[in-house]
Amino acid sequence: MTPILAAAGEINAGDTAWMLAATALVLLMTPALGLFYAGLVREKNTLNTFMMCAAALAVATITWALVGYSLAFDEGNGFVGGLGHAFLNGVTFEPREGTTIPHLLFFAFQATFCILTTALVSGAVVERMRFGPFLIFAALWSVLVYAVMAHWAFGGGWLQANGTLDFAGGIPVEMGSGFSALAAALVVGSRKDYGRQALLPHNAMYVLLGAGLLWFGWFGFNGGSGFSTGNAGVLAFVNTLLTPACTLFVWFMLDLIRGRQVTAIGAATAMIVGCVAITPAGGFISPAWAMVLGALAALPSYAVIVWRTRTRVDETLDVLAAHGVAGLTGIVFIGFFAQESWNGVADGAFFGNAAQLADQLVAAVAAPVYAFFATLLLLKVIGAITPLRGPGKEEAIGMDIIHHGEEAYATGEGAMLILPEEPVEEELAVR
Amino acid sequence: MKLVIAIVRPDKGNDVLEALYRAEVRGFSMSRVQGHGGELERVETYRGTRVQMGLSDKVRFEIAVSDAFVEPTIEALCEGARTDEVGDGKIFVLPLERVVRIRSGETDDSAVTPVRS
Repeated sequence: MTPILAAAGEINAGDTAWMLAATALVLLMTPALGLFYAGLVREKNTLNTFMMCAAALAVATITWALVGYSLAFDEGNGFVGGLGHAFLNGVTFEPREGTTIPHLLFFAFQATFCILTTALVSGAVVERMRFGPFLIFAALWSVLVYAVMAHWAFGGGWLQANGTLDFAGGIPVEMGSGFSALAAALVVGSRKDYGRQALLPHNAMYVLLGAGLLWFGWFGFNGGSGFSTGNAGVLAFVNTLLTPACTLFVWFMLDLIRGRQVTAIGAATAMIVGCVAITPAGGFISPAWAMVLGALAALPSYAVIVWRTRTRVDETLDVLAAHGVAGLTGIVFIGFFAQESWNGVADGAFFGNAAQLADQLVAAVAAPVYAFFATLLLLKVIGAITPLRGPGKEEAIGMDIIHHGEEAYATGEGAMLILPEEPVEEELAVR
Repeated sequence: MKLVIAIVRPDKGNDVLEALYRAEVRGFSMSRVQGHGGELERVETYRGTRVQMGLSDKVRFEIAVSDAFVEPTIEALCEGARTDEVGDGKIFVLPLERVVRIRSGETDDSAVTPVRS
């Protein structure tokens, strides 16, 4: 992502310590996302929604260790990496090339990105997609879509080779999840009551708590994407404070203008949008421009949320608006306002380097197209093998009871303990 | 005058509201209840502890109507709440002795007829 100015082949203790912490911070983002999503759905689907994030923790970690990491970060062609690091072959304590941290730690840090991104896509299909097919989807998606796009942006793939700048994952994480979510919503279809009944968030506090924890974790996500305690990492870390704050404030204003009230769930959404927007740009733009980005990023995402709810597309938790669109905004913003005096890499069009804008626009077209069509195809194939959703009556009862046999808010009233059958009669018979 | 009590599935609550609205039944109360009506009991598992859930969540409608409205009300309830699966619920119709509208002191039929604005 960024060149590190340090002696090659040497582990730096400070960098390693920070990256250990950053990895844990990013891992927290997946359960935080689970809370954020679970609060936004109806009570009867709370556990299932969180479990889709838990599914990503299980499945995407395994696929990443087996082949995903290798396909993303091993040397290969421009489209996809090789299999040299499959099964973590050669991933050891030696520093990864270009970094001062152990290769093994670099793998783990990147794994948390793959997990989170896979979990993000679930927001498009909650409250209706069956859990089994989702596990299959998560496993395949994390390899065929995430790992491929991560190779493009970070692993030496064609976008990175072209000069496209993406600090912490605007391409694979944000645009990858956002436009995949749109495809997933179209293939899986709307919830049966969508557009007919009001389907309201059941716990706004989970949503706010989840958003707050996501922002916290994002300091590791962006701040760690310099793989060191160097300038780029510090810049991204501080920008992760500034940008979402500005998005939040502008979102308040948009809410006020539109509905005369500042909404809490809107605020939670704004935090995410701001964090997403600074993700690609974190280490490339000055703090002042980061604040401008935060203010600007609120507008397209807000517009898409307002527009989407008027359509028949049940992209349930607005992954496209919050991640796809905000990520795209951030990627394009770099093309204008990247500043070499801050990042040491390249200037944007505003500072006289129009070529950078062209490089960014290529990514802003290619990433959505690949994510959308690859996910569309993948879900069509899975759907041909096994139904993606159950009958309407299962959806009516709720995914928690149907798929997990539990309730999020069980009272225990009327619940009778089933004891293991005691072999009393058999003993008597023997005697 | 009758008091119509209906116990329906929680996820059919909105459909019942819609059907009642179309039948022009505009006065009712609604509450969440738990109960058992002979439907299959589901088994849930919490950390290895298996429990049989003897009570199901239901929604209870209480609707006081004049005699002319009894049949339309029952029809609307059935239409809104039916899925043809076990567990759709029941309707109880009870005689109603007296109704008083607190604001005006009106009684009986004029008290159960909602005010038209």
